[in-house]
Amino acid sequence: MHSIDPTLINVIIFVLAVYVGYHVVWNVTPALHTPLMAVTNAISAIVIVGAMLAAGLTHNPVGQAFGVLGVALASVNVFGGFLVTQRMLDMFRKKGGAK
Amino acid sequence: MNMSLVTMCYLVASVCFIQALKGLSNPRSARLGNAFGMAGMAIAVLTTVSVVAALREAPERGLALVAAGVVVGGAIGALLAKKVEMTKMPELVAAMHSLIGLAAVFIAVAAVTEPAAFGITVTGDYVIPSGNRIELFIGTLVGAITFSGSVIAFGKLSGKYRLRLFQGTPVTFRGQHFVNLGLAVVMVGCGIAFVVTQSWVPFIVMTAIALLLGILIIIPIGGADMPVVVSMLNSYSGWAAAGIGFSLSNPMLIIAGSLVGSSGAILSYIMCRAMNRSFFSVILGGFGAQSAAASAGSGVARPVKSGSAADAAFLMSNAESVIIVPGYGLAVARAQHALKELAEKLHDKGIKVRYAIHPVAGRMPGHMNVLLAEAEVPYDQVSEMDEINGEFGQADVALIFGANDVVNPAAKNDPASPIAGMPILDAYRAKTVIVNKRSMAAGYAGLENELFYMDKTMMVFGDAKKVIEDMAKAVE
Repeated sequence: MHSIDPTLINVIIFVLAVYVGYHVVWNVTPALHTPLMAVTNAISAIVIVGAMLAAGLTHNPVGQAFGVLGVALASVNVFGGFLVTQRMLDMFRKKGGAK
Repeated sequence: MNMSLVTMCYLVASVCFIQALKGLSNPRSARLGNAFGMAGMAIAVLTTVSVVAALREAPERGLALVAAGVVVGGAIGALLAKKVEMTKMPELVAAMHSLIGLAAVFIAVAAVTEPAAFGITVTGDYVIPSGNRIELFIGTLVGAITFSGSVIAFGKLSGKYRLRLFQGTPVTFRGQHFVNLGLAVVMVGCGIAFVVTQSWVPFIVMTAIALLLGILIIIPIGGADMPVVVSMLNSYSGWAAAGIGFSLSNPMLIIAGSLVGSSGAILSYIMCRAMNRSFFSVILGGFGAQSAAASAGSGVARPVKSGSAADAAFLMSNAESVIIVPGYGLAVARAQHALKELAEKLHDKGIKVRYAIHPVAGRMPGHMNVLLAEAEVPYDQVSEMDEINGEFGQADVALIFGANDVVNPAAKNDPASPIAGMPILDAYRAKTVIVNKRSMAAGYAGLENELFYMDKTMMVFGDAKKVIEDMAKAVE
């Protein structure tokens, strides 16, 4: 048995993740589509992981500089995205609920 | 360093992100979902810190750089999240898409300078395997297009910059599609050259063309189509993240990116369907030109029945059920709070009050729901189009504020209409229709609206906020 090309494993993960995303997102209530967009902004900021590796593990100044910039840009989304989602969700109250 | 443990932590983070989206199926579970999202991000970041600490001798400097980036970016993000007005959410979202795109480009650049740092090659080896080069090339170009396209979308949405490219009116020129196609071919050519040679020149040229293409793709799209564009760029930012995940062979990035990518794609589809537009015609940018032609065609002034806010209040006071249709004009007039007060007064008189939301009532998917929620309208009074359309027939009064095309019966009755087939709110089926507008000006699509000329329709002209306040006074 030969070992499987890692790219193929990545493709498998990709296809399954798109499948999960498709089904989960169709279940999101239309009333919360704006918070959905804000929270996906925060989630796509997961690229911060790549930027951290660049900032922390590269030895050349170009790689480090771009890494730090990438970390800063992604952090805007991590904090901005989750906090603004929180703020919006706090507004959705039931009738007679606490103000 | 135990890489299996790291991978397990990344798996936990990925599951948290799925939970974050799953929570949004209901306002009750949504806040818990958001907490899952935050937890997932914290796990991912802390795990990566431990990776950096373990793989690098004397990691203090690198980690200090990371911390500096997080502090600066995080402070800006937190401030934006706290200060932004809800009417400006589309701009904020567009701005955040652009940041993801740019970050993806930066990471790709760093990866090309030193692939070994990302585990793409072994230490000291700068020759990237060709498979990874293809992935870097795709990640970079999607990131670059997302960045420049989102900047243009941001400008168009905010509408306060005078630069021509940031205007809501489409920018078109002869041979636009051929220019775009030509640039795309050159861009892919440079990408192939990069894959073959791994040299900087084709990489930089490719990135520059991708940035230019991002601008060129968005400028011909009119202001009315922005909800589709924002959703589409949302999708692109996810694919950019997934592309970087492929380049770095990191399953968590692939999963998170794919979730976001499919989410944006679904929202684009929903927005297109609600506007009766095919995705490709929005992207190829024909809508603006079409609507200009249609508005020029509308002609003679026809008589309408108009009344005062007090007349409208009298009709509502005698109703058993009222359905309110808020459009973006309501938000422009900042009248959501006044509307909620009016609705409460009607409710206190024993009248059943509900809100009917068209998917494109705001400037982005779900925007109107957030604007109403901000005004403390309870969400169980707010219904989506499909839920409430059947109930207009039993409603005594349909009360329409600043909405036009989304209640235009021509979409159902007139096959020749440019909006024929567009899903609408069936406000015309209510026993009485009250419409507030500032004037008889046409809507986005530039069409006459038969609803305004019906016998059972009463127009109340004036600023929405003033009119609603007068109605509320008269209801007492």
